[in-house]
Amino acid sequence: METREELNAQAEALLAKLPPAAELKAPQRMAIPQQPMPAQDPKERIRNNHEVAIGYTEAQARLEALRCLQCPTKPCVAGCPVGIDIPAFIHAIAEGKDSEAIGIIKQTSLLPSVCGRVCPQERQCMKGCTVGKINKDVGKAVAIGRLERFVADKERETGSVVPPAVAAPTGKKVAVIGSGPASLAFACDARRAGHDVTIFEALQKSGGVLSYGIPEFRLPKDIVQKEVENLQSMGVTIRNDFIVGRSRPLKRLFEKDGFDAAFIGSGAGLPRFMGIEGENLIGVFSANEYLTRANLMRAYDTEHADTPFYHAKRVAILGGGNVAMDAARTALRLGAESVQLFYRRTMGEMPARAEEIEHAKEEGVEFNLLRNPVRILGDENDIVRGMEVLCYELGEPDASGRRSPVAVKGSEYEVEVDCVVVAIGNSSNPLLPSTTPELKTNARGNILVDENHETSMRNVYAGGDIVLGAATVILAMGEGRAAAKAMNERLAGER
Amino acid sequence: MNKIVSKKQLSADVWEMAFEAPHIVEEHKAGQFLIVQVDRQWGERIPLTIADSDPATGTITVVFQAVGASTMKLSRFEVGDELPTVLGPLGQPSEIEKVGHVVLCGGGIGVAPVYPIAKAMKEAGNRVTGILAARTKDLLIFEERMRAVCDEIIICTDDGSYGRKCLVTVPLKELCEQEGARPDRVIAIGPPVMMKFCAATTKPFGIPTIVSLNTIMIDGTGMCGGCRVTVGDKLKFVCVDGPDFDGHLVDWDNMLKRMRAFRPMEETARQKERDHVCRMQAAADALSKKEVR
Repeated sequence: METREELNAQAEALLAKLPPAAELKAPQRMAIPQQPMPAQDPKERIRNNHEVAIGYTEAQARLEALRCLQCPTKPCVAGCPVGIDIPAFIHAIAEGKDSEAIGIIKQTSLLPSVCGRVCPQERQCMKGCTVGKINKDVGKAVAIGRLERFVADKERETGSVVPPAVAAPTGKKVAVIGSGPASLAFACDARRAGHDVTIFEALQKSGGVLSYGIPEFRLPKDIVQKEVENLQSMGVTIRNDFIVGRSRPLKRLFEKDGFDAAFIGSGAGLPRFMGIEGENLIGVFSANEYLTRANLMRAYDTEHADTPFYHAKRVAILGGGNVAMDAARTALRLGAESVQLFYRRTMGEMPARAEEIEHAKEEGVEFNLLRNPVRILGDENDIVRGMEVLCYELGEPDASGRRSPVAVKGSEYEVEVDCVVVAIGNSSNPLLPSTTPELKTNARGNILVDENHETSMRNVYAGGDIVLGAATVILAMGEGRAAAKAMNERLAGER
Repeated sequence: MNKIVSKKQLSADVWEMAFEAPHIVEEHKAGQFLIVQVDRQWGERIPLTIADSDPATGTITVVFQAVGASTMKLSRFEVGDELPTVLGPLGQPSEIEKVGHVVLCGGGIGVAPVYPIAKAMKEAGNRVTGILAARTKDLLIFEERMRAVCDEIIICTDDGSYGRKCLVTVPLKELCEQEGARPDRVIAIGPPVMMKFCAATTKPFGIPTIVSLNTIMIDGTGMCGGCRVTVGDKLKFVCVDGPDFDGHLVDWDNMLKRMRAFRPMEETARQKERDHVCRMQAAADALSKKEVR
């Protein structure tokens, strides 16, 4: 594996040979190889908690930006859930105008250093990229997320982040419930409009899933903290250790505390379990618990943290999403000798980001595809000792054309593991709907909203996972912004 | 925020602490709990049941046993200090209604969370009997408070040093067998084994029995699932579905085992904390000797 310095030297050498950006022809652009993301060596990184992907160098970013053909059809913009003007920001990077580039991104996205790291780009902006199409490989498309991250990091690291301007006070009070991506975006736009904004967060740290869920080695917590501080510098108040629904019923925020509007971004925080025998044995954890111990409670630092971590030698992870990858790689970093991942479908259906799957493989996570546990086995003390696993094969294509997995009869076998982490997703958290009968939900417990993101309660908006079920950071952020726009218009009308 | 206004040592390891938390007092109902942290950076999130709340002063009272590293640290907070994290009130409030005769069994420090429920049940017009149990007289807490809200109090200790020499289940069974005075509802709070046997005692009589579970938790808001228990073949989260459950339906054996999941780590942490206290004490002693000279 090449080091960042080596990759940079190669990029600089290639860059020196190229004509100026303006004179570059399409075939020359197509001839530039995609710039690999510099990363910590896998053998090193599984022994630390530092970020795995280190980020592009200047030369790499320039070169990667030059790969963009600036095609008129802009399929990348169509693929972006919030419609960032991607060709424009990439063009600015190619010309060395990084601050202009971040300005273009921030017209649409509020958390570029987060999204550049956690968006599933290969399924969004990169999916339709002409460069990828010509190369017949989405992985060879322009590395849009890496470029986004590059300019966002540069802005932050050089201390040149300028918080958005805040309009004159409107005298309206707005409550934001939860502090994850949807809430942060909503709070920012609501504050920009001049409202008095308070975020209520149940945990001791803000950022929601960005803080408790996504590990440090994938999203450094300093970055999340910085985003939160930016909001505070705009005048947003954050009240931690306050759970709306219990510390204060939602209605009373209006009646007693004088809030004029609220946004619910409380997320999908209720872990799902498989419903199989043995799931309550000692050593079976939801991915939420496993990751919260490691991240939020910092159990990775056994010297300082009071919260214990369950140290196991052979860890099984159930699921194929980003959370499953995070749990698997956290297990390795906390001393597991082997980590086996079990997924019922095949690699192609795995919902995790390509880069996370790649990193997990490099680090030694074993992928057991077309496999699903039927029960978890315990010893006489109810401590996990293994798992019975059933094999699947791909059946005939169904109506949607997808070949769904079919169990192979009699294919059960046992694996020896001493810890099982269930990472098969979350349901919506029932706390707020159950304490707020006025809020209408669907059968799955997601809060129902209209086209303006308003709930069944007037001036109460909602967005992110509590509405969508489990989705992505960028979608949640987009929802928060759309809801803020609708609310800002409503409050302006009420003045 | 969360400024400690009083602190009392009830017995060797048991502390009663009251702190300012007016917003929690305002919403608190009997049966609810808190999540407390002694350090925002490194502290565990520990669930503590609310023992009392005073609307006049805006204070919340908790009673805890300093048996783990975190509760040992908590016991060293003094009047005037602020608790770094207090989240609450959490959990479903206890069902308070007029049912007739309510018997509340409190074991050890479990008497503390029983108290607000006894008070609310009395206010709802019930006849209230309290059975207070402890290993020995010195460990019995909240007797006066309970006497103030109960129609009848039965005290039992394991060693007979106060009240009757028996386990809590003995007077409970006698009450269940009493024609005409049979409890219409039993509420049992205390060590899991005690709750398990209270539920087993009332089951043959078909008397509804509510228990309040205190399992391992992290966030206390439904997010981690660490507190899950099986109740009547259904998966329940103590933090959002409970803490009160039908004692006849709880899978006690699994719950008891799950509560031991982190036992070795807890023991290490406890030892570390004891060593730390010893070193601090030695340093303080050395310092005071110097001063004397």
